[in-house]
Amino acid sequence: MMHKLNGRFRLLAASAALAMVMGASQPAFAETPKDTLVEAFAIDDIITMDPGEAFELSTAEMTSNTYSLLVRLDLNDTTKVVGDLADSWTVSDDGLTYTFKLKPGLKFASGNPITAEDVAYSFERAVKLDKSPAFILTQFGLNGDNVTEKAKAADETTFVFTVDQAYAPSFVLNCLTATVASVVDKKLVLEHVKAVTPTADYKYDNDFGNEWLKTGYAGSGAFKLREWRANEVVVLERNDNYYGDPAKLARVIYRHMKESSGQRLALEAGDVDVARNLEPGDYEAVAKNGDLATTSAAKGSIYYISLNQKNEALAKPEVREAFKYLVDYDAIGSTLIKGIGEIHQSFLPKGVLGALDENPYKFDVAKAKELLAKAGYPDGFSVTMDVRNTQPVTGVAESFQQTLGQAGVKLEIIPGDGKQTLTKYRARNHDMYIGVWGMDYFDPNSNAETFTSNPDNSDEGKNKTLAWRNAWDVPELTKKTKEALLERDGAKRAETYKELQKTVLAESPFVVIFQQTEVAGLRGNLKGLKLGPSFDTNYVWNVSKE
Amino acid sequence: MSMSGTERLNGRRRARSRKAVASALQFLVVVATTYLGLLAVTFFIGRVIPIDPVLAVLGDRAPSHVVERTREAMGLNQPLYHQFFIYVRQALSGDFGISVLTTNPVMTDIRRVFPATIELATLGTLIGAFIGVPLGVLAAVKRGSIADQIVRVIGLVGYSVPIFWLALLALLVFYARLQWVAYPGRIDIVYEYTFSPITGFYLVDALWQGQWDVFRDVFRHIILPASLLGYFSLAYISRMTRSFMLNELQQEYIVAARAKGLSEARIIWGHALRNAAVPLVTVIALSYAGLLEGSVLTETVFAWPGLGLYITNSLQNADMNAVLGGTIIIGSVFIGINLLSDLLYRTLDPRTRAR
Repeated sequence: MMHKLNGRFRLLAASAALAMVMGASQPAFAETPKDTLVEAFAIDDIITMDPGEAFELSTAEMTSNTYSLLVRLDLNDTTKVVGDLADSWTVSDDGLTYTFKLKPGLKFASGNPITAEDVAYSFERAVKLDKSPAFILTQFGLNGDNVTEKAKAADETTFVFTVDQAYAPSFVLNCLTATVASVVDKKLVLEHVKAVTPTADYKYDNDFGNEWLKTGYAGSGAFKLREWRANEVVVLERNDNYYGDPAKLARVIYRHMKESSGQRLALEAGDVDVARNLEPGDYEAVAKNGDLATTSAAKGSIYYISLNQKNEALAKPEVREAFKYLVDYDAIGSTLIKGIGEIHQSFLPKGVLGALDENPYKFDVAKAKELLAKAGYPDGFSVTMDVRNTQPVTGVAESFQQTLGQAGVKLEIIPGDGKQTLTKYRARNHDMYIGVWGMDYFDPNSNAETFTSNPDNSDEGKNKTLAWRNAWDVPELTKKTKEALLERDGAKRAETYKELQKTVLAESPFVVIFQQTEVAGLRGNLKGLKLGPSFDTNYVWNVSKE
Repeated sequence: MSMSGTERLNGRRRARSRKAVASALQFLVVVATTYLGLLAVTFFIGRVIPIDPVLAVLGDRAPSHVVERTREAMGLNQPLYHQFFIYVRQALSGDFGISVLTTNPVMTDIRRVFPATIELATLGTLIGAFIGVPLGVLAAVKRGSIADQIVRVIGLVGYSVPIFWLALLALLVFYARLQWVAYPGRIDIVYEYTFSPITGFYLVDALWQGQWDVFRDVFRHIILPASLLGYFSLAYISRMTRSFMLNELQQEYIVAARAKGLSEARIIWGHALRNAAVPLVTVIALSYAGLLEGSVLTETVFAWPGLGLYITNSLQNADMNAVLGGTIIIGSVFIGINLLSDLLYRTLDPRTRAR
């Protein structure tokens, strides 16, 4: 027995020695391959890679790097668009017909030629599948019955798109920069369609390749999608058939890492080239490190606190105004959101057509008290706020709780998981809610439609816009929002949005606090990584290594 | 061996197998009831939490008609008992549904993530047991000495320090400073596409294919999280070993053995530990099962694509199919390991053997 146990101990000693030798003998291979970009990125929101279905933030980045569009945002002036597949386009005098001329000789990654047929098929499948992002196209009057007529190929290189009203051309073109309008390889997709039995809800006999495209790829972008493994990795590879300047690196690997501190360690050690989810503390440490660099860009997401108008106290106009004076904007801006956000009080983020860059409200307890007294609450009142338990919203909520208290308003914070607070918010069962709104497509209407439009304020209202969720009944503004869509003069259209923003600033139950800044930490040898103004403009094809 | 000896042996084997069949049947009944209870509890908790599962599939921005259609497609407008009935029927035929997060069938997902957790947990438990048991024995034998105190402190620290913090600290020291180990994930991206795993257990696969550099890389990735998990279970195992050993060392047969003049080493390792090993097997098995659930925090810090991460992520997103599937797998693991430790018990403890 003794003998045997000794044997076991010898084994243990040997394996311990082995572990030490293996660990110590080789210095860490702390450099990523020269031709590969490795990003640490929380990609657990990805649920599909089909551009006709995907509507998640991380997916937007993958799709925009791997698929082509007719037009893209002009990154030099984000109120305009430039041609991607489209060489040129014209709008008919009645404002209903858009004719796109494709660049000649284009090819998909598969080698198949890109024709107007492919564009038409991409529109058709997105509309017929009718997944989350489809409304960006169907809002132009497209539906399953008419899409093949309204979005069709006139010839090999001419695509004609007919809308149902004379919309502002900027609105139509901005919507076409959304990833749902990505052009898929019709021939390739048709090889992978699955037959389905038509039902009352879904009238078509095939799935337009949706099941295959969830993880498959049929695009023509600078990169092609090689693989997506949920919660693990996304791998992009250079597309040698790309018609533009070829991507500088051969491969991009997005590695799922959730932890900010882990991302920072891996970046410092050189195991990743880019860290994408750094929290303020880690971001600051990276900025101070001589081997590393940082980059940032204002994004289209707006953080706001909203006041449910079903609550008697919160429905008073003076209370709404008072609460806007009770946010300590300076303190929040200089501490809680330092580096990851910028104080911004109007509902259109900077960079969007018509965005108002004015922050009229300052923290002013005396003024707020005066307004509360006018509303009949000289001693304040008690109210609750649903707060999801993530930063920076928790911090902002706590700051607001403290400053409200200075005016006698007792705020009870109800913490909850993100999905849980959102469920309650969507059912209008909250008093107050602290939320974030990201733009669905890069056009002012995306935010205006949710902040200033509420077609049916009844509890049965189908359109759960932010105005509806806070029971803010605004028929006049709803009308004005709609009119802005039909204003074909760009300058006048921008002016209308400025007016809408001023009204929201003065009267609305929305206390808009800041606009998100996206940050990234980079290895010092990385060149050309620039974050875009939206999640679908974080391009990686210009990135190179020294 | 004489003829009668063989017969006696055969007879004993037959009796043992009869008993095994009976206990297996009994076991099956227990298992079936446990499963049904497990399913029911998880299912109903999943349905009463105040999270709309449709939100998980579609996010906040989907238009209302898409939300309604999806609600119907997911069967959420049916009465609860009906939903449960459908679920159990599908589960019985081995269909746990589709995970809305990954869009794969739940079983496919679990087959992908579970090996990562098993590999980590196995190595962790081996480390825990091979170091924890000797430490416990040492502490028991040198009871009250400085060695005992040191083992006590090691155990206490392992048990009370948050593993999340310890993991980050370990990364800072062994990865960032000393560069002894590799991070993040299971394998360096250099090998990501030159190495194709077969079983999903990377260490085994690398050995099998004779890819020594891959083996080394995988080892460098796994050793730190495994050591941390190992330390965690070591803390528990050493405490339990100590108390089992103390119990054995007070028994009369030890006195008898000493009186016979056996060497102290032989008494400790050959007699006392041999007997203490019986309850110890259960302790180690349960600690192994605990690790197999997937240590969520460890997996998060090390970006380890395992079961714990998968289930937590699914839970946070109200992806109930995945949560239910995962729960059943974990339930099965617990039941399986319990069975296994029962069997080991029989081998180790002659009193439980059929005569």
